[in-house]
Amino acid sequence: MSAPLLEAANLQLRFGAVRALDGVDIEIFPGEVVAIVGESGSGKSTLLRVLAGNMDADAGTVLYRDAGGEAHDIHALSEAGRRKLMRSDWGFVHQNARDGLRMGISAGGNVGERLMAAGDRNYAHIRAEAADWMARVEMDPARIDEPPKNFSGGMQQRLQIARCLVTNPRLVFMDEPTGGLDVSVQARLLDLIRGLVSQLGLAVFFVTHDIAAARLLAHRIVVMRHGRIVEEGLADRVLDDPRHAYTQLLVSSVLAA
Amino acid sequence: MYVAVKGGDAAISAAHAWLAQRRRGDEALPELSPAQIEEQLGLAVDRVMAEGSCHDRGLAALAIKQARGDLIEAAFLLRAYRNTLSRFAACEPLDTGAMRVQRRISATYKDLPGGQVLGPTFDYTHRLLDFALAAEGLPPAEPEEAEAASATMPRVTELLAREGLMSRDIAGGNETPPDLTREPLPFPTPRPLRLQSLARGDEGFLLGLGYSTQRGYGNAHPFVAELRMGEVEIMLAPSELGFAVSIGDITVTECQMVNQFAGSAHNPPQFTRGYGLAMGHGERRAMAMALVDRALMATEMGEEATAPAQDAEFVLLHADNVEATGFVEHLKLPHHVDFQSELEKLRSIRARWQADRDANPLAEAAALEATI
Amino acid sequence: MNAITPRNAPENAYNFAYLDEATKRMIRRAILKAIAIPGHQIPFGAREMPLPYGWGTGGIQVTAAILGPRDVLKVIDQGADDTTNAVSIRRFFARVANVQTTTRTAEATIIQTRHRIPERPLTEGQVMVFQVPMPEPLFKLEPRLAETRRLHALGDYSLAQVKLYEDIAKQGESGSSYNHPVMVGGRYLMSPSPIPGFDNPKLHNSPALMLFGAGREKKIYAVPPYTSVESLDFEDHPFRPMRAPQHCSACGSATSYLDEIIADDQGGRIFVCSDTDHCAETQGL
Repeated sequence: MSAPLLEAANLQLRFGAVRALDGVDIEIFPGEVVAIVGESGSGKSTLLRVLAGNMDADAGTVLYRDAGGEAHDIHALSEAGRRKLMRSDWGFVHQNARDGLRMGISAGGNVGERLMAAGDRNYAHIRAEAADWMARVEMDPARIDEPPKNFSGGMQQRLQIARCLVTNPRLVFMDEPTGGLDVSVQARLLDLIRGLVSQLGLAVFFVTHDIAAARLLAHRIVVMRHGRIVEEGLADRVLDDPRHAYTQLLVSSVLAA
Repeated sequence: MYVAVKGGDAAISAAHAWLAQRRRGDEALPELSPAQIEEQLGLAVDRVMAEGSCHDRGLAALAIKQARGDLIEAAFLLRAYRNTLSRFAACEPLDTGAMRVQRRISATYKDLPGGQVLGPTFDYTHRLLDFALAAEGLPPAEPEEAEAASATMPRVTELLAREGLMSRDIAGGNETPPDLTREPLPFPTPRPLRLQSLARGDEGFLLGLGYSTQRGYGNAHPFVAELRMGEVEIMLAPSELGFAVSIGDITVTECQMVNQFAGSAHNPPQFTRGYGLAMGHGERRAMAMALVDRALMATEMGEEATAPAQDAEFVLLHADNVEATGFVEHLKLPHHVDFQSELEKLRSIRARWQADRDANPLAEAAALEATI
Repeated sequence: MNAITPRNAPENAYNFAYLDEATKRMIRRAILKAIAIPGHQIPFGAREMPLPYGWGTGGIQVTAAILGPRDVLKVIDQGADDTTNAVSIRRFFARVANVQTTTRTAEATIIQTRHRIPERPLTEGQVMVFQVPMPEPLFKLEPRLAETRRLHALGDYSLAQVKLYEDIAKQGESGSSYNHPVMVGGRYLMSPSPIPGFDNPKLHNSPALMLFGAGREKKIYAVPPYTSVESLDFEDHPFRPMRAPQHCSACGSATSYLDEIIADDQGGRIFVCSDTDHCAETQGL
């Protein structure tokens, strides 16, 4: 197997007396989907933010290997360097569409912004790409000039995904992308994400408290509790043969639900 | 040939002459002297000194006369004059603890060392028009306690600080304080510059913002620990002397506003203070300033900053009435070049819109239907 | 028209050109920084001037800081030398600096302007001083100065480009007809001050030095001579300078920027050059 796309070692972060991250090691390989599961307060969203360089850890390193094979220490990069990565190689899908979209800008403008940030100055090309990506996330391209508020919650998440993927990133961070949506909408969105991920060969860190979503998408599952990784392994193994008592509890609670 | 905006030279001269005549008003009536304004419109003088950030009652009175009573215009005149003065030194910090108090009240204690001194205040007056003032009246009755209290009066906040219930302000050390009038405001803005900016801010703007913090925009629970007004000594230490000498007394109003603070990981729960200081007698200004000062500490205290009064960029960049009035009033200047390009732009966009409709009459019918 | 006005008797109560020398040095340092980093806004300790904020205090401070006794000053507002604000500022400098003033673009060494660049091409050695109300080109999209400063540092101007995209998507063309943002030297996005888009191309590779002063906002920025200045646009929707398509009814020019004047209450209109000096020159006056 090739080298990891991103690897983090011994991440530490405290908020006052609370250990949000306590010696976390984690890695992801090209094309791999890693689900980070746990209850709220387990540190999973904090971990995602630290991995994406949106938040600094007290200690530890996060290394990213670019397409040329060169490794970059994310937290040693300048803000400009991190932003460049976030515009080109990476994408971030937020739980709340408001955090990931510009609500005052049309759907086309939202998708096109990343292309413009990457230097595309051809209006017709930007517009065609935006329409194409709307179609790929199963939105009606005829609605390209409508603002996000005209779309349902599920559609807004699709738009956020289109906005991330338009520049062909290699690694996408997703923070509870189906949280707060109706169950049927969640299922269709997860289906779409699964299709896109395998089509594009994306690597995805996927934070969720929903074990069923993890089962559907993930190759590998990492279980977090109190800022530590208590168990990790291939998705089927973790879900069908959970070894840690906490994982057993998580898995059984979803089965009971 | 159109000439209305031309010939500006003659128009300006004529306008200035007319203005001078209006300022004087009916010449059958005696002319106001700056001394009369200074004595009888003292609170207007104080406000102009504060917003003009220049302590000179005589010049402030002259500015009010020249501005026909427009106090913002008067503050502007004073500011523009102040700017041409050379700065040769900064005085020592005022010792308001040693103030010769004319008025001193605390809302947090029924009584306290030094006592409550009501002083010359509108508080407790009935707001009934006094028609006796319309006539040339007799001199008012001599007040019983016209002399400033001589006993020193400890500051209420110091009493709380000794008990550890009140955070102490961090001493500034010997550094020369930053000067708002010499350097542009940086963001985030250190507190000394925030206070300078608020001290010369528009009283109405500060009042509205302070009021908003009481009405839930900023979560304040303020108490007036102390409001005091009186004379303080200005001490100056010229470098060639090496020690401070008194160069005179000025009247100031100081307000210390107490606010609760829930505490954080680093700081115990305790009272915090908002501080207000105004040149002359300016209670409303000092109180509003103290409320806004405290609101602006939100970020430093780890409080959630959601209200307008907690947003330093919003507050400090819009508090200055000389800046604000200039920019609002500059809309009176001719803008016809830009307006012309707006006209051409609108014509172009409308032509495009019309062409689209003409090319697609069905859409027009559908749009019409949709509106019915 | 006798263009050059001789010097007046000096006004002794104030220093030459009103500001004290220390303040002028501080402003000149800011100007030098601004020239060294084309298009980048340099904060400076703007002073209160005896003129209201918003009426050219930034431009006046820049002019005062660079003005020397041998300079010949031209002041225009809306392109014209005889509009009230231009008259007022020219009078101010004639009074406090005792310099020669002119209405002729060709004769001026310093031209202070509000909202226009003269039609006559500028030459090496001339300095344009622009009065700037809002120096931040992104302020309508992001009002927070701390944030816009970050965006400039990162060279992140997608916000402005998205705004342009939205304009074209909605109305077929850019929505800004004046104060249209420009990229300076391929690095900094800059407000050209509220000049009509018609004047934007005059900034590109100009032999003259362009200085911009914002008094109330306390910023100075510059475009040095022969610097690339490109209006924000898309390849397939290039920036389009606009003017009224008519001819000047005084000089007949079909290329100069025109003022539209309502001539009667039947909606009759005539068009005349906004640049009064250019119009006079064309008429041979």
